[in-house]
Amino acid sequence: MTTEATWFASASAEDTAAPGVTYLEALRTALADLLAEDERVLLLGEDIGTMGGAFRVTAGLQDRFGGDRVRDTPMAETAIVGCAIGLAISGYRPVVELQFADFISCCYDQLVNEAAKLHYRFGIAVPIVVRCPSGGALSAGPFHSQCPEGIFAHVPGLKIVCPATVQDAYGLLRAAVEDPDPVLFFEQKALYRSQKAPLDAAAPVAGIGRAAVRRRGEDVTVVTYGSMLPRCLAAAERLAAEGVETEVVDLRSLVPLDLDTVADSLRRTNRLVIVHEDNGSSGIGAEIVARLAESDALYALDAPVCRVTAPDTPVPSSPLLEERYVPSVERIVSAVRALVGA
Amino acid sequence: MSHLSNGSSPPSAPWSAPDGSAPDRATADGASPDRLRPGEVTPEGARATAIPDNWSQLLALMVLSRAIESRLNNLFLQGRLHGRLISGRGQEAIPVGATATTRPDDLVCPAHRDLGAHLARGTTPEEVFLQYLWRADSPSRGRDGDVHFGVWSRGVLPMISHLPDSWPVALGLALAKQRQGAGGVVLAFCGDGATSTGSWHETVNLAAVWQLPLVLIVENNQYAYSTPVSQQFRVASLADRAPGYGIPGARVDGNDVVAVQALVSEAIAAARRGGGPTMIEAVTMRMDGHAIHDQARYVPTELLDAWRQRDPIEGFAARLQAAGLLDGAALAALRDDAAERAERAYQTALEAPEPDPAALTEGVYANPAAPARTRPAVG
Repeated sequence: MTTEATWFASASAEDTAAPGVTYLEALRTALADLLAEDERVLLLGEDIGTMGGAFRVTAGLQDRFGGDRVRDTPMAETAIVGCAIGLAISGYRPVVELQFADFISCCYDQLVNEAAKLHYRFGIAVPIVVRCPSGGALSAGPFHSQCPEGIFAHVPGLKIVCPATVQDAYGLLRAAVEDPDPVLFFEQKALYRSQKAPLDAAAPVAGIGRAAVRRRGEDVTVVTYGSMLPRCLAAAERLAAEGVETEVVDLRSLVPLDLDTVADSLRRTNRLVIVHEDNGSSGIGAEIVARLAESDALYALDAPVCRVTAPDTPVPSSPLLEERYVPSVERIVSAVRALVGA
Repeated sequence: MSHLSNGSSPPSAPWSAPDGSAPDRATADGASPDRLRPGEVTPEGARATAIPDNWSQLLALMVLSRAIESRLNNLFLQGRLHGRLISGRGQEAIPVGATATTRPDDLVCPAHRDLGAHLARGTTPEEVFLQYLWRADSPSRGRDGDVHFGVWSRGVLPMISHLPDSWPVALGLALAKQRQGAGGVVLAFCGDGATSTGSWHETVNLAAVWQLPLVLIVENNQYAYSTPVSQQFRVASLADRAPGYGIPGARVDGNDVVAVQALVSEAIAAARRGGGPTMIEAVTMRMDGHAIHDQARYVPTELLDAWRQRDPIEGFAARLQAAGLLDGAALAALRDDAAERAERAYQTALEAPEPDPAALTEGVYANPAAPARTRPAVG
């Protein structure tokens, strides 16, 4: 599936004078470093070479590493992902770019029935990474805005990574490529240019499967990931001004799911709000609540849990409708207020 | 026109072009004179192919494949084997002829009627029976069953039920071979039904665009489950599709192991020297049901009767006998030996340990350092 994606003007930090690099540049740096350090790494995707990708994540990489290693492909997600699987079991470390996460439906079989099951069936490891530009709030409509991570988090054999910060965009992408299992890497379009921070490329690469506490607080735990982290932190700032101290846990990966960090936080705050952009039903929030309810963490709750998610509708295109669709800072603040009785 | 369309052939054979002529040749890759001629039907030429030096290997592999499936079939009928049995009876010439001359560094992606391809790559009867009996030491350790397997260390990709989902994977295997530059090639098999899928199209197209060292073998056995080829596609021959992708294609009598080997070897040789992919349609007949549960009453009896006269093992053995290379006693001894090997393999598998149910959740991930599904302790 191809599309002209460049009209999506997410808030841009790229040109500001603030120090550091953008989330998008951190992804590009990770890919460049991986290509430079490891000859097994190959990039595959539609328009990733000459054009540098629909979002320019791979800009300049084909010039630097050649068309053999940064490979433009026909418009054929099944063939691309299947090809990556074949490369991976031949000793390569392929990284696929899907132009939009929405198009992952076109390669479901290869991901779910080939990649996810080969190791369980035959002990054949499939170290592929599929980069999925994900999420809405860009007026891109029902087919360029989806957050399909919840669907794939249900599939045994796949790992699901959702970086929310500049450092994680770099570190988790490196960790994903180094991981021997198939990793779906849901990078956030809304964060591409809106997030800018210093990048420490020499920092130890944090492995997949560890959540991070992004803000400490004792009144309520907000669990989130990906595009919702900046909104949760903004909500926490606002709540702090009202005297409510919010702990914000960034899951960083959905599979493996670091429930220990969530449960530890819950035991301190006794209140839980889960925020994700993906719609709610049968989603990650539901899984977190279910697992907590199956554990003694349940007894730490002083109030019912609350999920703040997109509604169970397709992603609407109109900015007015979409503003209502994607969880806002206001909705997060209201949810926390209601929970703490403020 | 040929033995393929003589009086004993079934009516409305799919390889009969409407006007009886061969399709136009396409020369998308500037084919040299010795190159396969795209879309051409070559039964006469194939028949003229001399008996190859490895004739005894071809015969032995086909006989062994038949013997193993025959033993499996009996075990199912006796209620001593459960699950599923997908038979390749009558199609042995295709996987055997295609795979027998592959090199150790080549790779094979068989479909579900290609036991002969596994055997040609060195998979043992013991491994086959361990697999069918879901034993702990089977190639899949009980995680997958029947012919849904492959011994990767022998260069065989395990198939999955979604056909032809091995084909997109074969693209990557072939790209790796192309990048390694050592001349390795990849063989990918599918049936006529699988040619209707999008995966098939995406694979053939990308293989063509990148000129990958891939030999794409379509086993046209006339039926996909109950659906006859007349309801599956409109072209006179599936090989006719090849020129549409800009690659050579050819059709071959899939019941003639010599012809299959000759044609596939030519395609392999072309791929080795950088000539890109070739599509081969091997015309055959599914002699059993879709799987053992299926009586296939939807297949006309006269069609099966006609094809029964063209059994690939009987035909090849008769040719060898006519050429003075084989006598009846040697053939009988070969069959007895194959049946004995199958029986021994079954007995070995019977005594092999079954998988430990406690290992159910092991191996979902290569790196389970942070188990995905572990719940916190219940309080």
